[in-house]
Amino acid sequence: MNADTTTAPPAAAEAPAPTQLTMAGALNAALRDAMAADDRVIVYGEDVGPLGGVFRVTDGLQAQFGDDRIWDSPLAESGIVGTAIGMAMYGMRPVVEMQFDAFSYPAFEQMVSHVAKMRNRTRGRVTLPMVVRIPCAGAIGGVEHHSDSSEAYWTSTPGLTVVMPSNPADAYSMLREAIDSDDPVVFMEPKSRYWSKAPLALPVTTAPMDRAEVVREGTDVTLIAYGPTVRTALEAADAAVDEGLSIEVVDLRSLSPFDDETVGASVRKTSRAAVIHEAAQFGGYGAEVAARVTERNFHHLAAPVLRIAGFDIPFPSPKLEEYHLPTADRVLAALDTWEWDA
Amino acid sequence: MAHDGCMSLNVEHAPIRTLPSAKPLRLLDNAGHALTGAATGGFTLPDRETLLDLYRKMVIARRFDVQVTALTKQGRLATYPSAYGQEGCEIGAISAIGSDDWFFPTYRDCVALITRGLEPGEILQSFRGDWHNGYDQHAYRTAAQATPLATQALHAVGLSHAARLRHDPIVAMTFLGDGATSEGDAHEAFNFAAVWQTPTVFVVQNNQYAISVPLSRQTHAATLADKAVGYGMPGYHVDGNDVAAMYAVTHAAVERARAGGGPTLIEGVTYRIESHTNSDDPTRYRQAREVEHWKRRDPIERLEKYLVSEGALSETVRSEITDAAEALAAKTREVMSVEAEPDPLELFDHVYSRPRTALLEQRSALEAELAAGAFAQHEAGDR
Repeated sequence: MNADTTTAPPAAAEAPAPTQLTMAGALNAALRDAMAADDRVIVYGEDVGPLGGVFRVTDGLQAQFGDDRIWDSPLAESGIVGTAIGMAMYGMRPVVEMQFDAFSYPAFEQMVSHVAKMRNRTRGRVTLPMVVRIPCAGAIGGVEHHSDSSEAYWTSTPGLTVVMPSNPADAYSMLREAIDSDDPVVFMEPKSRYWSKAPLALPVTTAPMDRAEVVREGTDVTLIAYGPTVRTALEAADAAVDEGLSIEVVDLRSLSPFDDETVGASVRKTSRAAVIHEAAQFGGYGAEVAARVTERNFHHLAAPVLRIAGFDIPFPSPKLEEYHLPTADRVLAALDTWEWDA
Repeated sequence: MAHDGCMSLNVEHAPIRTLPSAKPLRLLDNAGHALTGAATGGFTLPDRETLLDLYRKMVIARRFDVQVTALTKQGRLATYPSAYGQEGCEIGAISAIGSDDWFFPTYRDCVALITRGLEPGEILQSFRGDWHNGYDQHAYRTAAQATPLATQALHAVGLSHAARLRHDPIVAMTFLGDGATSEGDAHEAFNFAAVWQTPTVFVVQNNQYAISVPLSRQTHAATLADKAVGYGMPGYHVDGNDVAAMYAVTHAAVERARAGGGPTLIEGVTYRIESHTNSDDPTRYRQAREVEHWKRRDPIERLEKYLVSEGALSETVRSEITDAAEALAAKTREVMSVEAEPDPLELFDHVYSRPRTALLEQRSALEAELAAGAFAQHEAGDR
């Protein structure tokens, strides 16, 4: 199964015919449907109103729902997240947008000190049903501060749920689930996949948000990917066929919590695993994946778990990003470093 | 949505451009004389019943504060940030909101919490160290005390904005310190509140020091209330040790906010008589002479002088207040004399609404350790 052509559930009697939808369009539809279903859902951030967001994810929503449901806030990310906390305390379900990954950093304190901790601090009395959408990662030719992969900052913070869809169907389904969640969700959107298309009949419900999915079955290697690198993993799997290598690809979907069960089952089947991400390798999310997979599956492993990641450098300028980002070739070359039985 | 325009996000209020008074406005001078004219900023002294109520609350709050400081010195609490000397600010402001309004306090505002009706054991649970917070936020409409400076001001703005979107006549009041006004979140909160015209009242307790750092190292503004003008909202520079003035100004701000008039920034000029917390040594950064100066500007004595001069403080009333204060102190001693026994397995219960497998595994691991007696010494009280 290709991650971009998720099979729709068995057609109900009145299910509309699938139409081609981009991930940005699927996210837009998810917001629209969530706002229509529940008037506690409110949306704000920078340029989300008349402009429809710099990636057009909120396109047309203000015209449909009005300025009291979706509006442009002052340009201050801590203010956006901090006020969303107060709104969630009052029973709203705010969905706020950080315009770019690196622009979320001013909100770090609110995220780490309050969003993540409020429920625990108050012994469950105050839950924060809020979603912080963060367009993330590179490969869009963005100038500095527009291509970071900051997921490890969030995943290393207990109390946060962190998810990242890789395809339009998951984008729709997971955003709806995130908005319905009683807990705060960091919803990371890989920018390079915004324009990827899939035929979708909405509303689509894919696997639960906290589950990883095997998006391609194989027998020799498990490639663990998420967000933008799912495509990279699938490309590597395609190319590996010629070399007689059968690669299984797991799309994590949820970074926190981590689906040990699905990943572990795959790794025990293939006995080899590698994790792929755009973020720098050192202290990156892949380190946690490699450690968990090793700790829990060591006696099933034929080789060390590999990390195929960005270099340990600040994200490069547009003309240099291709050297930094993991490619299918780089993935296959990494797999070649293992000792393989003749 | 059919509703009057003040409920729309696009509120058409002209920005406020008037600077607060250079001198803190006050209604009672330090000798307890009622003031008239320019000094009052046009505010009038609350009625006698209100003043008696404020006096009563201040006396009770101080007794509580002194009791908790004593208990902390006895080792009953891990730490306690006293508000001794700031009762004019604390009680004047908190008395201006109703039980349906929301309050967003800082760690220093325990006396405001007592005044708001929270129980000593609920307030002190965090300082005793058995959980980070011990009261019901929704029941008391009071957020957990915030430690990271100014962060809670944004929560107050968001909550009051949400209330306005729901057409609920709710006001959110938040307290900040002088040091907190330097934080980016204070700026963002003031700005969001003003742009959105939220029903938020910001009370800055300028107690002259952020732990050890004096106000002069915190701001170059003439007053902290001056900052309001930059956001287009009204600011008031108030004598924070004049509880009557603090109450009158905050009450007006609360009613203005409730009526759709937007946020207000109020600076109460006061002084922290005690140390920052029990682990602080204020002799390293301030002169005893300065402390004595402020002790002579005590907010309780000031109102007491006025009430006595008005013949409003009978012995009956005094003894009733003393009894209530002593009863609260006794209750506080009693509740804090019980050794807290927080359940370590609860550590995993509240992080997420839905239990996570990884946390359940870790919970089981700790449970096994406990069963094996790994913390037997701790449980026996040997810390």
